Amino acid sequence: MVRQHVTAIYDYKDFIFASIRREFEVTYLNSALGAIWTIIHPLALITIYAVVFSKIMQARLPAFDGPYAYSVYLCTGILLWTLFSEIALKAQVVFIEQANLLKKVNFPRLCLPIVVVGNGLIRFGIIAAIFAGFLALTGLLPGLVALALLPIIALTAWFAIALGLWLGILNVFFRDVGHFFSVVLQFWFWLTPIVYPASVLPDRAQELIAFNPLATLVMAAQTVVLQQTWPDWRALAWVLAIAVVLSAVTVRLYLRRGPEMQDEL
Amino acid sequence: MQSSISLTGIGKAFRAYPSPYARLREWLGLASSASSECTWVLRNVDLDFKRGEAVGIVGLNGAGKSTLLKLIAGVTQPTEGSVEVAGKLSALLELGLGFHPDFTGRQNLLTAGQLMGIPLGRLEALMPEIEAFAEIGAYIDRPVRVYSSGMQMRLAFSLATAEQPDVLIVDEALSVGDAYFQQKSFDRIRQYKAAGTTLILVSHDRFAIQSICDRAILLQAGGVARDGDPESVLDYYNASLSATQNITQHDKDGRTQTVSGDGAAWVVSLILSQDDNGPDIEVVATGEWVTLTATIETREALEELVFGYAIRNRLGQDMYGINTFHTGDPIGPIDAGEQIKVACRFPMNLGAGEYSIATAVVAGETHLERNHEWCDLAKIFTVINANKKAFTGCVWLEPEVTVEVVQ
Repeated sequence: MVRQHVTAIYDYKDFIFASIRREFEVTYLNSALGAIWTIIHPLALITIYAVVFSKIMQARLPAFDGPYAYSVYLCTGILLWTLFSEIALKAQVVFIEQANLLKKVNFPRLCLPIVVVGNGLIRFGIIAAIFAGFLALTGLLPGLVALALLPIIALTAWFAIALGLWLGILNVFFRDVGHFFSVVLQFWFWLTPIVYPASVLPDRAQELIAFNPLATLVMAAQTVVLQQTWPDWRALAWVLAIAVVLSAVTVRLYLRRGPEMQDEL
Repeated sequence: MQSSISLTGIGKAFRAYPSPYARLREWLGLASSASSECTWVLRNVDLDFKRGEAVGIVGLNGAGKSTLLKLIAGVTQPTEGSVEVAGKLSALLELGLGFHPDFTGRQNLLTAGQLMGIPLGRLEALMPEIEAFAEIGAYIDRPVRVYSSGMQMRLAFSLATAEQPDVLIVDEALSVGDAYFQQKSFDRIRQYKAAGTTLILVSHDRFAIQSICDRAILLQAGGVARDGDPESVLDYYNASLSATQNITQHDKDGRTQTVSGDGAAWVVSLILSQDDNGPDIEVVATGEWVTLTATIETREALEELVFGYAIRNRLGQDMYGINTFHTGDPIGPIDAGEQIKVACRFPMNLGAGEYSIATAVVAGETHLERNHEWCDLAKIFTVINANKKAFTGCVWLEPEVTVEVVQ
């Protein structure tokens, strides 16, 4: 069965590439600056946090030495968070948005999540490349340990799509899910050490934060970029386990409710 | 012949929940499935389509036609039963194919084509041919949102039929097109059919079904009500449109005659003769004057009565039809048991061939209000060209020809 799906996807590779490109074009179709907006959004966010927290509020953020340390910390966290939230949010509405196609054409449904992930990774790639350029200029580019970022990024995308699709299926039946998740995401952002370091939290909270897979992922990325050391693989293995279980749950939900979902659209 | 599509015990139900919470409760196992209302759109449908067969599907709105097509096309899953389709399927369900309004026709063709599973390289090679068939000119490079529905249909049809599919499904779409494109699409469909494509067509257009299909299926209330040759199925469907449920079909000279109506009045005899009160004839010469005499008997007293007839060709297409409402010859009031004779005299300006006459005795302008008797194939006769110049076609429209040399 797996093989059958793989061949189906291979047959539709042209469609997948075209869809990723089209999605990208649609977003910037009638804007003069086009793809530059991809960079402006996160850049604005990073500037705001950097100015508000480190300058205006003079937040007690220990253990950052060097003029760019906090900005680098912030960028790492926000980049990975954006990858997660973009994929999850998009996957959550993918069935509703593509209702027109789903109702008219029979094609491998697996194409849709692949397009979502592909798009998320491309945007992420653009910003990450600029960020890497910045690190290189300031001499902060990590060496070989940077390779550890690849599994971290892959795991983030995997967790995001598994969660997003699960919510996406539910969202077709219960539209509250969509609203609920956007609210949850706001809390989730602040429950993840992105703007602040985990070390400022009380001990009890630091223990709890270990249950947040996003916190584990973000902290691992921060370790690699700032400390330039290998991340805590044991903690990441735990996130991997969560992603596997979540994927199984999502696939099961799709197999059971897929046909019904089609009619509900 | 091998079968191309087979449906076994197909049923499709849609569940309606009184509220989203009801669904949630059921999912969580807190309520039985009885809390939801199950509507069966199709039930116990067994159908088999042979390779190269062209099948027309008719029925009222909500009879399950579109659902049946969607099941075959695989865009919706059956609640029970199984669908098997052999080979490559191309479906034109409703308009579009999911075009994106902001992209040009060309861009949309590429995406939609890939969505149908045509590789990009192949699609690019097909492009000039698709463009040429759609004939929408410079519009191909303008966004689809400025297209008329007819132009969208042209594009969609051209793409869906760019390559010969093993199964082609067309849902109503063609009715959007103009006569020129309809003709062109039918030609292409016929050509594919001859080459072995199985065609399934949903249409309200009797002409379309009778001229292309060799089988028709009437769906009623989610089931197959009639399955047979297009003429008899369409006659039955037409009869079932009136309020009465009294429909009988029987064999007449190897064709199926459909009679329906409440029986309050009926045609006792129908005579086609050369002169008034002459003997019944079965062969008429083109251009000859004839009289069609119908004797109608009533079972109950009627305030008003309309008699109508239609002359149809071999394919069941109306050549001419009229009734006493339109001719301005009111009949009635009439007592029960009375007999009325209606004589219609006209020249038989038809070409050589076999024709049939359908009669109707109704209460108003159409048979939909109150149908006393509707009788298809009430009479069959042959027209021969005995003394006119040789011509082709169903209608005799002899010209006066003048020829002159210009300079």
